[in-house]
Amino acid sequence: MRSNGRDLARKLLEGDRISLARAISWVENESDGAEAILDALYPRTGAAYRVGVTGPPGAGKSTLVGRLARSYWEAGMRVGVVAVDPSSPFTHGALLGDRIRFQDLPNDPRLFVRSMASRGSPGGLAFRTGEACDLLDAFGMEIILVETVGVGQSELDVARAVHTTVVVLVPESGDEVQAMKAGLMEIGHVFAVNKADREGAARITRNLKDMLRLRPPARDSWVPLVQPVSALRGDHLDELLDAIGKHRLHLEEAGALGRLKRERAAQRIREIVESELAATFWKREEVPARMKDALARIEEGRSSPYREAADLLHPAGKEKKTR
Amino acid sequence: MQRPIRVLVAKVGLDGHDRGVKVVASALRDAGMEVIYTGLHQTPDKVAQAAIEEDVDVVAISILSGAHMTLFPRVLELLRKEGGERILVCGGGIIPEKDQEALYALGIGRLFGPGTATGEIVAYLQEEIARRRASRNA
Repeated sequence: MRSNGRDLARKLLEGDRISLARAISWVENESDGAEAILDALYPRTGAAYRVGVTGPPGAGKSTLVGRLARSYWEAGMRVGVVAVDPSSPFTHGALLGDRIRFQDLPNDPRLFVRSMASRGSPGGLAFRTGEACDLLDAFGMEIILVETVGVGQSELDVARAVHTTVVVLVPESGDEVQAMKAGLMEIGHVFAVNKADREGAARITRNLKDMLRLRPPARDSWVPLVQPVSALRGDHLDELLDAIGKHRLHLEEAGALGRLKRERAAQRIREIVESELAATFWKREEVPARMKDALARIEEGRSSPYREAADLLHPAGKEKKTR
Repeated sequence: MQRPIRVLVAKVGLDGHDRGVKVVASALRDAGMEVIYTGLHQTPDKVAQAAIEEDVDVVAISILSGAHMTLFPRVLELLRKEGGERILVCGGGIIPEKDQEALYALGIGRLFGPGTATGEIVAYLQEEIARRRASRNA
């Protein structure tokens, strides 16, 4: 017996954790009813502040997320965590191990942790991580921490899914900092230099600050903050929380939170429209046969994928010629 | 989209032997499952909580400390209390046959002893979860 999306959404709003957990599954599996859940809950989103934590593998992202979650919880807040780990592109299986680093988090109604497998999404998050955050938001979480996969420099999705992006580096990242001018270095609002008790921490902190100063100012005039921490020992966590708080204040004073929500909504509409258009197109009756003919022409050397795509997109008889 | 089988793999209790549980976790991953591994020394409370939050199909528990007659029923009881009664609880370890019978009678899924081929565990979970999903959707 399956409950429907609206029921699940209603129970989620009543504070039922099982319903929250199940709703996240529906959304990540794109099950029937998932859109009804998201639609019903959308008006209840927007209150949660979202913090992304990204950085190279082994930098200590999970440990830091565990620390941050605990700190916010101790401050009396309701905290959601979404931790993403990679799926195997071959078997689609995944080993989600972030919870190993969350041992310090108590069992408490004000905390909810969810692991997500990336399921083939390339940008460091899973395809539906943003929607999982929306569900936690509607559930009443005040802070949502999002931990990315950590595969290197392609973790840019997180910047679009959260308000503040924390990039975690370690002293050993020192030499790479120069090479990281693009990508990761551009999305960080706060840089956490983790394992700051190790040699080289002061140097990378200095280098980062120099580099960020030399950079042209961001569109919204935010100058990224650099904070050494030790996630394992819990050193300098308060300063890191303070840095995140400063960025939040900056966004709030600039009235940027509403703009970010609007941009995200626009992007979501575009994604849904594009995927629907594509699905409708491929389901058209004449398409498989025309595709087969197109491939035959290409194989015979008489055509190219570009010409065939243009022909497929435009109804027969009114073909646009590719030159 | 065919939803992957999600499994929480947990070490409950005081023993620190996690080689076996890691082998099993890797085998389940390689069989296409999403495996949430929570590390050593988990309490039944933590296991039940994590299983609920992660919306898993299965909780697979490894116990080598001899406390299986306490810990398995406790996890099952907590899951039922929290609304996770449809989650399959199974496991492995060194569990005497008469204890196994008692645990099966409580509603614990299959228990696997030392020397079990990982393929046997994979096949059991795939069949059991397919059966449960089919009966839920019927």
